[in-house]
Parts: sequence; structure tokens; C-alpha cells
Amino acid sequence: MALEVGSGLTIGLILGTVIVVAAMLIWVERRLLSFWQERLGPNRVGPFGLLQVVADMIKIFTKEDWVPPFADRVSFIIAPAIIMTVILLSFAVIPFAPNIGIIESNIGVLFILAMASLGAYSVMLGGLSSDNKYALLGSLRAAAQMVSYEVFMGISLLGVVALSGSFNLRTIVEAQEGMWFVVPQFVGFVIFLIAGVAESHRLPFDIPEAEQEICAGYHTEYSGMKFGMFFVGEYLGLVLVSSLITVLFFGGWMGPGFLPPVVWFAVKSGVFIAFFILLRAAIPRPRYDQLMTYGWLFLLPLSLINLLVTGAVILSN
Amino acid sequence: MAKIVVDGNEFEVNPKNNLLQECLSLGLDLPYFCWHPCMGSVGACRQCAVKQYRDENDEKGTIVMACMTPASDGARISIADEQAHDMRERVIESLMISHPHDCPVCEEGGECHLQDMTLMSGHNYRRYDKKKVTHHNQYLGPFINHEMNRCITCYRCVRFYDDYAGGNDLSAQASHHHTYFGRHEEGTLENEFSGNLVEVCPTGVFTDKVFSQAYTRKWDLQTAPSVCTGCSTGCNITPGERYGSLRRIVNRYNSEVNGYFICDRGRFGWEYVNGEERIKTPVQVVGDESKGMSDEEIDELFNDLAKGVVIGIGSPRSSNESNYALRKLVGEANFYPGIANNEHAINQLILELHKDKAFHTPSVREIERADAVIIIGEDITNTAPRIALAVRQSVRNKASELAELNNIPVWQDAAVRELAQQERGPLFILSNAASRLDDVAQQTLIGTCAEQAQFAFAVAEALEGGTPAGLTEQQEKVLLEVVEALRHAKRPLVVSGSSNGSIEMVQAASNIARALSGDQPSHMALVFPEVNTMGLELLVGPEQKLSTALERCSSGEVSGVIVLENDLYRRAPTAAVDNALLQADTVVVLDQMHSATTSKATHVFPVTAFSEQESTYVNYESRAQLSFQVHQTVTDAKPGWKWLTNGDSDINSIIKDCSDEAEGFGSLDGLVPRLSQFVVGLKIPRQSHRYSGRTAMIANRNVHEPKQPEDNESVMAFSMEGMPAMKDASILGSTWAPSWNSNQSISKFQEEVNGELKQGHTGTLLLTEKTETGIPFQPIQVEGGGDSGQLTLSLAFQIFGSEELSARSPSIQKRMTDAYVALAPVDAARLEISHGDAVAINGGPVAVACIREKISEGSCVVHCGAQINPHDLAGAVSLTKTSESLPGKGLSGLIVSDLCEESY
Amino acid sequence: MYSLIKDTLLSQVVTLWGVFKKLFVKADTVEYPDQQPYMFPRWRGRIILSRDPDGEERCVACNLCAVACPVDCIALQKGEMEDGRWYPEFFRINFSRCIMCGFCEEACPTNAIQLTPDFEMAEYVRQDMVWEKEDLLISGCGKYHDYNFYRVAGKQISGKDKGEALNEAKPVNVRSLMP
Ligand code: SF4
Ligand code: SF4
Ligand code: SF4
Ligand code: SF4
Ligand code: FES
Repeated sequence: MALEVGSGLTIGLILGTVIVVAAMLIWVERRLLSFWQERLGPNRVGPFGLLQVVADMIKIFTKEDWVPPFADRVSFIIAPAIIMTVILLSFAVIPFAPNIGIIESNIGVLFILAMASLGAYSVMLGGLSSDNKYALLGSLRAAAQMVSYEVFMGISLLGVVALSGSFNLRTIVEAQEGMWFVVPQFVGFVIFLIAGVAESHRLPFDIPEAEQEICAGYHTEYSGMKFGMFFVGEYLGLVLVSSLITVLFFGGWMGPGFLPPVVWFAVKSGVFIAFFILLRAAIPRPRYDQLMTYGWLFLLPLSLINLLVTGAVILSN
Repeated sequence: MAKIVVDGNEFEVNPKNNLLQECLSLGLDLPYFCWHPCMGSVGACRQCAVKQYRDENDEKGTIVMACMTPASDGARISIADEQAHDMRERVIESLMISHPHDCPVCEEGGECHLQDMTLMSGHNYRRYDKKKVTHHNQYLGPFINHEMNRCITCYRCVRFYDDYAGGNDLSAQASHHHTYFGRHEEGTLENEFSGNLVEVCPTGVFTDKVFSQAYTRKWDLQTAPSVCTGCSTGCNITPGERYGSLRRIVNRYNSEVNGYFICDRGRFGWEYVNGEERIKTPVQVVGDESKGMSDEEIDELFNDLAKGVVIGIGSPRSSNESNYALRKLVGEANFYPGIANNEHAINQLILELHKDKAFHTPSVREIERADAVIIIGEDITNTAPRIALAVRQSVRNKASELAELNNIPVWQDAAVRELAQQERGPLFILSNAASRLDDVAQQTLIGTCAEQAQFAFAVAEALEGGTPAGLTEQQEKVLLEVVEALRHAKRPLVVSGSSNGSIEMVQAASNIARALSGDQPSHMALVFPEVNTMGLELLVGPEQKLSTALERCSSGEVSGVIVLENDLYRRAPTAAVDNALLQADTVVVLDQMHSATTSKATHVFPVTAFSEQESTYVNYESRAQLSFQVHQTVTDAKPGWKWLTNGDSDINSIIKDCSDEAEGFGSLDGLVPRLSQFVVGLKIPRQSHRYSGRTAMIANRNVHEPKQPEDNESVMAFSMEGMPAMKDASILGSTWAPSWNSNQSISKFQEEVNGELKQGHTGTLLLTEKTETGIPFQPIQVEGGGDSGQLTLSLAFQIFGSEELSARSPSIQKRMTDAYVALAPVDAARLEISHGDAVAINGGPVAVACIREKISEGSCVVHCGAQINPHDLAGAVSLTKTSESLPGKGLSGLIVSDLCEESY
Repeated sequence: MYSLIKDTLLSQVVTLWGVFKKLFVKADTVEYPDQQPYMFPRWRGRIILSRDPDGEERCVACNLCAVACPVDCIALQKGEMEDGRWYPEFFRINFSRCIMCGFCEEACPTNAIQLTPDFEMAEYVRQDMVWEKEDLLISGCGKYHDYNFYRVAGKQISGKDKGEALNEAKPVNVRSLMP
């Protein structure tokens, strides 16, 4: 079997890598955060605490698989599975390198947006089925936040689509041969970055699970591996958003030839992942209403203007 | 109604009062020390300064003392004014110049009016750098601690002790900054109300000595509203508990009953509750052995008893519920009062009189308002002390009248006293020896019970217009005075009672009252010696006599007898009781403490003390009052009714049953508050919101804290959680209001100062239905003096010692005397007895001889205490000197004014 | 517009940069128990009861610490010596509840109760975390060397009659007429 788009080996490798990376991120994040906070972070299990993840895994796998008696069993169980599934599915259209990817799709961008919308269900179901006031509040917040930010996310991408003339992510990467889209689409990039954080409800936009206010929000009642799926889901989302930024704005796998394309891709994504962690370390959480106002009154007009200008420029050319 | 303006807000107030009182009534915070709601103003402390303005244009204003300024219509004052505030701050600063650095070791700390006022006035730093004035303390007896350094010279103590309570052994001494409040020499404070100094003194000078021994801060006490079981007045009290033992009792305000004061029997007579002599577990006596009883054995016992005929003997010191439960268990025909025959007959007569339209039984508050009083044969200082204090106030109504005539406000205490001098309202006392009220009495007539009754009958006759015959010259003179005073009085009052066992006296008293009644019923207060005599008498008929009960036991016709909270050896002749208890197969005694009766029992059950149970009592006016459980017992004790109903009942249903089934108790059920009456059914916490140590109190036994004990029956909870009692004064155990940690916070719960509590709960009168007027009783004939060797006997009561349970408290015991026999000097000389001798009465029981001036010749007055069974003594006794030794207390605790000096 | 950008964007960027720089700063963490940290004298750790400079128990059982304690983990009972000195008959702290807030020390008018830098108080059995007076009372003055409450207070104890405390005049003679 060869390393080519759509081959079994590639699929396997991608799936494995993505999940392992997501899991390792748990450790990476904790250590990075602690460095930024002048602490040491987990450094006791294995060299540099590397095996912390393994320890955590063992713990989480051996925990009692508990469903609260008052919860709605079916949706309670399905919810965490949904988030894992949709995010993993999203990776199907990401072009990691010229020869690495799962499928070629003409509607890659749309597919990703569609999957992101589905992700909202996971959070909502999880919260609603828990029959817990904090979970309910969390899922309400999550639903509103994700639905709203999807709008700007979509619009901010249209600039890129217009410039490349395609919804196909591979085409988009190839269209950045001369210049990464981050230059003409800087505003789009910023909006996408912000919307990306909001979509994956990472800090500072982790309003649906804001501990200080509503325990753990929509996953308050979750424990064991079901909680683990939400947890890993979040890191998968992080990887996905970073990959997307790389693909859409930073020329994907492209880079000077001394490194193989896939490594370029990894490096670029890594930088963004680190950046997201830095965001978490540095920026405090806004209030819920601030988040919504900010989105609808600032990001939405901004992304529309961005789209208009892009369109005008393309037309005038 | 007058309108005044305080800090720009307009209020309606009563112009008869002073500004301070009205401000407090309005709920405003204004510091004060020397003013007391019951004692008026003297303007001694200068703490209540406010700014008064002439009219709305007056910007400057003048500083006045709120307590010395009438709340006249249109008055404009400011409490918040800077100068006034400054003045108050400076005043307290100077009051505190010599105040010791004592708060941590001061029993007042945490409920100190001085602390509160210091905070309220804003003073916080002693700038004066000279030395503090100090004082030596005095030993003031077993009740009160003295720490003179803490005094702020507000004069409240002497104004209460001397002016209000009639004491004469506490005084203000020395002058200027040396002023000293104490006795002329160290020694016991003699007045029966000395304990109130603890609450009256706004600082820690006078503190509760008994409480201090196991001291606990106010916020740590578990409290609940309770009723004193010391006598039939039914004063309201707040007992406080900590770590499973009772710690103290303080007054609980009830506008109709005790107001701000209780007597020392009530305040200090609780120690038996923690005593080692308490019965702890149910015990069965087989032969000489006694063994514990299991639940099954107890069930079996009561089942067996139910098969045959059982005699039940109720108790005047037991709650209505327990008496009722016993009556229900044994049946009405087998239920007898644990009260001596003669007293029972009087009590039943009193019940009859209660129903008579001609009479009204006044509350303590109403007694204070009487303007002419005659006391017939009842030594109320010793049998119903709080009523004696009220009678003492009644003679001051004369002064108030004079003041009103002269346009002096009644609250101007010093001025009114100056004006009235020795002018007092008429008070007449018929007594068998000098009494403690003699100092304010217009006339005191000393005589035997029969003589007193005869005189009282004569008064009644004279009031009806007759001319009574057979009186001595002196009696006739007094008679004229009495008739004159009673006729002209607007609110005359007749006081008597059943303790002396002389039914004629009560009959005569009722004749006087009947003669005084016109369209309106006349006021007559007939008191009983024990807390729930009235409640018990309501449950039995006149024909149910204790002697019958004992005879039935002796005859062997019954299978058993149940004695409820009673020592029968105080109720009937020793031989009769001995015989009855011997003949009965099963003698079940339920009681708090071991007594002569429990020692004859086959089964003994421990009963909870007043603070360990929720219960109702009926006082002398037929006022039923609810007393809440304060704490849980640490023994196996249960309320009497719980044993008797075999645990099948709870307090609410037993009160309901009693209310439904027992005649006369119809309104009892209304006393019990229901949870639904409170916010969302929240219970009322017994612990304060600052109760400390919850997670450590019992951590030595087990670090895993158990759940707070639950109280499934009452509306109160054994915890800090729930609806604060501050919200509802009807369940007010301990008063507290923001900024007011001391008992002075009570004004925050009153409709107005001295008024009813906001959500009012003064109890409920059971006997309100009146029948037609009866007819006067026939006067008795006094027989000529009997056999010359014999002395007519009457009984003496002591506030400390005559009540069965309080007499078991160590501090009370320090104030008790041995049994004594008091006689006139002539008789003593004839019998060759001198003061302090041991004397055998009828050759039997031994008592100390006590020679008193004011006892009529040929009679003697015997105080039995716990040593002598009064029912073993005949109406006439012979005394002989003996060489037998006495228990040893002697007469140390006896406080009378007429001890014969030369025979000392 | 400028201020909006400054507030929303620029300040975030500055913050990000500020935090990012911490990557190159040495961590504060001390690797306890491999390394022992320096404990400051005013650290709020294990509680003790101290004695006054005369060697007498300082605590006067005033109950203020108990009432100040937010978790109610102090319980005590006042007792009294022959000479009038107040002392705690028992004094119990349930350390399994204590949150080392130091309120008790703050409330104590006699400097009796003090928190110390010792924090190694773990026990295998929770019951062992209930300490009685015998466990709490040390033989020295702790942090405060000079204070002796009874030298300041007005209450009389053996060895200090009325008028002998700090700043006190001799007791007045009530019978004297002199000013
Ligand atoms: S009287 Fe009041 S202020 Fe004075 S020492 Fe006692 S508690 Fe403190
Ligand atoms: S002893 Fe108390 S009541 Fe008497 S003057 Fe002093 S402070 Fe006032
Ligand atoms: S440190 Fe805080 S929690 Fe601990 S005993 Fe003191 S007051 Fe209570
Ligand atoms: S506050 Fe100080 S003196 Fe008071 S009880 Fe606590 S330790 Fe003792
Ligand atoms: S209360 Fe007015 S002067 Fe004392």
C-alpha cells in the first residue's frame, strides 16, 4: 500500500496520529500553561512527565461508567460520541500534504462547516440529557455560541473561497503558491481565528463550561470515558482548527524544500496549537453577553465588509 | 397622639412619654444607659443626647437629653446631628476612662449594653493617659458576682434594687469618681429579686455567679422560650444550654406576666436539672435489688396494669399533658390530684370563683395598676414572688396620681419620688407573721389563720354596710382604714391563696371582692403554691381526694398506683402514704429526682425536666402558656405523657387531645404554633446564628459529625438553620437585633416600649366563661384559745426551699434555712425556748426555734422545708426543747424584719 | 475607534506577549518534598496555644476564637482557677475542618492562639486530627514575646491585686471623704 490520498494506510495513519496528538496535547497544554504561569506542571510520571497522559488514560478507562439515574440514558450516551465522530470526520477533507489526505472533496469547506454545526448537537444533547441545572445552562450557552460563531466563521472563509475560486481545500492550498492568503485575507484570518476558538469553546471562550459559574457546564454529570470523549474531543477540535488555519491561510504543506511537506504542515499547525494554549494562559474569559454582543455587533459587520472588499477587489482586477 | 420630627422624618408618638422611649418604640437606634422602661428617667448618664430644634427655621438647635424631654407635639430633633453624635461619643469616652480591659474575662461580654453603646456611639480609643480608678469587690452571696471596676455609674442597680424591689442592702456609696455600688459590708444580697441586677446593670458589675461557674457566651447558648416552674405566676424565661447541660435562666419579656423581671427562685432554681440526683434510667425494684428495664418489660408493665384497676395520682408541678395522659390511662374515676385534701378543697373553690361573674383575676401587669390592695393570709413574697413585686409597684400609683395632678410626667422618676416622699397607695396585709411587704404596707395585722379570716369577713361585712361585731379595738381602727381605702379605690385588689390550707380565708377574701364588685367585676388574685396547680385542678373534680386514693390503695382493691412527678410525703400524713404504698402491688413513680416516694416504688421512670420537654402550664389566672423544649436530655428520661402513652403520641396530638377532651382546656391547642404559620414552613432555630464550635463540640467522641438532632414534633429545630427567631417574637427565645446584643434589644420586638411583643404571645386564658354571680360565704366563728400548752400552727413558706425541685439546686440551698418553728417571745419565755434551740414538735420532728416579734401569742409558724411532713402536724402543737442535733444550716438563710433582738 | 482597538485588540496582544515571555523565566515551584521550602514566620499553619511570659496559660477562654472561626472547628469551656483566673477547661480544635484562615488568631485578645509555619499535619486516621488542649499548648510565648493579658486587665488574680495592673491607681477607699 502506498502513501496516497485515500489509501487504507493513509487513513489509518491520519486517524492514529490525530488521536495520539490530541491525547498528547493534554500533557503539552498542562506543561506549557505551567511554564507560562511560572510553574513546573506535571513532571513526575516518566521523563518530563510524558507518561502523565498514559496515567490519565488508565485512570479514565478504569473509572466506573456511570450514567446518572435521572439522566436521559440514550442521548446521554450518544452525546460524547457525536463530538468525537464529527471532528474526526472533518479531518477527512484536510489535505495534510500533496499525497496525504483521506478524500478529495469539491465541497471541503462546506463539509467542515456542516460538521461543525453537527458538533453543536453533541454539546446540547449532553447538557439537556443530564437533567442538571448547570448542564442545562451550559448547553444553552453552547448552542447559542456555536450557532452564532458559525455564521462569522462561514463568512470569513468566503474571502478565501473567492480568491481561490474553489471549495476544495486542496485547490485552496495550491492557490496559495505565490502568496499565503493570510496577506490578502488578514481580516478574514483574524475572524476565523476568533470564531475557531469560539467553535471549539476553548478558553477564553469556554463559556459553556465556565467552572466558576456553572460547575463544568454541559458535562457536569459526565465522568469516566464519556467525559474523556468530551475532553479529547476538545483537543481534536483544537487540532482541527489549527490545521484549517494552516490550510486556509498559511499555505498548507507548502514551505522551503529542506523539510518534507507534511512536516511543514505539522510545524505550522503546531505553532497555532501553541498559540491557542497561550490564549488560554493569558486571556480571561469574557462575560456571556459580551461574547454575543462582540460577535453580532462587531465580527459580523467586519466579516461582511471584508467579503465586500474582497469581492470588489476581485471584480476590479 | 403627637407628631414629632426625627432627622426630617415625621412620626406619630405618645406625648405622655419621653423622646428616648418614643425613639426606641419607633425602632430608632439611640444610645442610653440610665433610663429603664420600668423605672423611668433620671438623666444620670448623659448618653441619650440629641439635638432639639425650636421650629423648622431653627438651624442651630440645642442639645437635650432625650430621656428627660417630653415627646411633645411638634418636637423636632436630630439623632444623627454631628454635635449630638459627638457629645454621645465624648460622654461614653469619659464613662470609659476607668473601665478595665476586661471584656475577654467578663461574663457580660457579648451581651453587654456598654459594648453595644460604645460601638453605636463611635468611641474607640482611650485618649486619657492617667491612671484608672479601681475598686475592691464584695462577696454578695451565692447568686451574684461583683466586679466594681466595670461600673459606669448609671445608678440603675440601686434604682432597681432599692426603689423598685424594695431592697435595703445595696447602696451608692462615696462620691465623685469614687462612687461605689455595693453593700455596707460584704454579705448576701438579701432581696428576693437580686438576680435581676444581672440584667438591669448595663455592664459586667453584677453577673450571674452560677452561670459564671460554667460560663458560656450568649451566642453559644441553645435557647427556647420557656415558662418558669417555680410558682403559679408563670413567669416567662429563657433557659440556655450548652454541651448538654443547662447553664442559666434569664427573664423573657411577657407584657402581661413578668415584664422585665423574675425572682431569684426562678433564675437560680434550675440547677437540679444537671444534678447527679436525677433519675437516669427506668428501674424496676425487686426485693432489695433494682434493675434496669427493657422496652419490652416496660410495655408489659403497662399492659399488665391496664388489666386491673389502677390509681393515678397527678401532680401540680407536672405539665397538663402528663396529667391528662395519666387521667386518660387510668380513667377519670381513678385519677386523683397529688394535692393535700385541704388545699385541694380550696383550689376547687378558687376554680368556682373563677367562673363567678363578680370576679376578675388580674394579670401581673394589672396587679401593678391596682390602687388599693389587701392581702389575706398569703405570704406572696414566698409563694408567688413576682406578684409581690407587682404589689410593691401598686403602692406607687399614688405617686403617679400626685405627679399627674402636678403636671409632672410620670417617667420623671426623681421628681416624682421627690414629690411623693412617703406617700403610698394603701396596702393592707393580714398575715401570721411579719412579711417582706410590710415596709410599704399601710397596716399589717398579725393573727392566726382563723383570726385573719374573721377580720376579712368583718371587712366584707363593713363594705356591705354592716357593722361587724367581736373585733378588738385595734382591729376596728384598722377596719375603718381598710374599708375607707377600698371603697374609694378605682381599682381595688384582693389577694389571697391556697398555701395556708385555710378555706375560710379564701372565702372571706371572695366576700370582700364581691362586696367591691359593682357593674364591673372586682379584681381578686388567688394564688397557688405550685406551677400547674390550676391545670391539675381543672382535670379533677372536688370529690376526687388524695386521701380517697390512698385509702383505695391501702384497701388492696387496686392492682397498682401510678404517681406522677410527686413526693406524696409532702402531700399527706406519713402513715397514710406508707400504708398505701405498702399495700399496692405495683407502685410506679415517674419523676425527675429521687424522693421519699421513689424509694417506696416498685418501678421508677425518669421524667424530663421543664427544659427538656415541650409542655403547657396554667398559671393562677388560668393563663395557659407553652414552654418549649430547650435541649435534649442526656439520660433516658422522657416526658411523663410519653411514658404513659407508651410512646404512641407526640406533643402536638396530646395537646390536641387534651384540648378536645378535657373540659376547660378548649383553647389549649391554639397555643401551639404550626409550621405553616412561618415562612415556607421553616423551623425556628434554637441556636443563634453565631453558635460556635459546631464541628468540634463532640469531635472528641467521633470526628465524623452526626446530623443535627431532629425535632420532629416541635416548630423549633436543634440547629442554627431555619427562620431566625428575630423574625417572629412569638417564638422568641433569646433576643438579639443588629447592634443590640444585650437584653436591651427587647425593644426591637415590642409594639412599643413596655408594650406587647410584636407577634404577641402572652398565653391564652382558659377560664373565660363566666356564670351567674354566687352568694357570699357565711363568716366563721373563732373558737376561744385552746388548751394552754398548745400553740396554734400555721405554715411558713420560703422562696428558697419551699418549692420542691428548686430546693435541690446547690445555689438555692445556700440560701435555705433548716426547718424552723417561729414563735412569739412570750411563748418562748413560757416554754423556756431561746432563739436557735432545737425544738421537737409534738415530740416528733425537730426544727430550729426562731423567736419573732410579730407573731400572735399562742401561735407558731412552722417552715417545714423538705425535712418535715406538714401533714403530720395537727392544727395545734406542743413544743419541747430537745438536745437532738440539727442538719446544720440553721437560720442563716432566713430574712425577716422582726427577729427578736435580745434572744439572739 | 482607536481606543476600541487599543482596548480590545492591543491590550490582548500585549497580554499575550507578556505571558509568552514567561516561558523564559525560572519557575517558582519548589519541588517539595525533595526540597524543603522556606517557611515564613507568619505562615498560617498548625495552631498552638501559647503561655504568657510568666509561664501561665494565656488563653482566658473568652470564646472569641471559636465564634470567629468560619468553620466552627474550635470548641472550649471556660473554667476558673481559685484566684479568679479564667482558663479553658478543655480546648479542642478539629483540624480536619480547619481551613488555616487565621481568623482565630486575629480574634484572640490575649495572643494565646497562634498559627505556626508547620503545615505537615496529614494523618492516616481522621480522628487523629482532633487536637485537645494538651496537644495544642506549648511552653513558650510563640510569636508575641511580651504580652501578658492579666497585667493589663482589671480582674484580680493571685499576685496581682486590684489597682496593680498597668495604668491603675490604688483602689479607692469608699469610706474616705477626701477627693
Ligand atoms: S462590662 Fe462590658 S465593656 Fe466592660 S468589660 Fe464587661 S463586657 Fe467589656
Ligand atoms: S453597678 Fe451597673 S447598674 Fe449600678 S451604677 Fe454601675 S453600671 Fe450602673
Ligand atoms: S485557622 Fe480559621 S478555620 Fe482554623 S481554627 Fe482558626 S479560625 Fe478556624
Ligand atoms: S480567643 Fe484567645 S483567649 Fe479567647 S478563647 Fe480563644 S485562644 Fe483563648
Ligand atoms: S438615658 Fe438619658 S441620661 Fe441616661
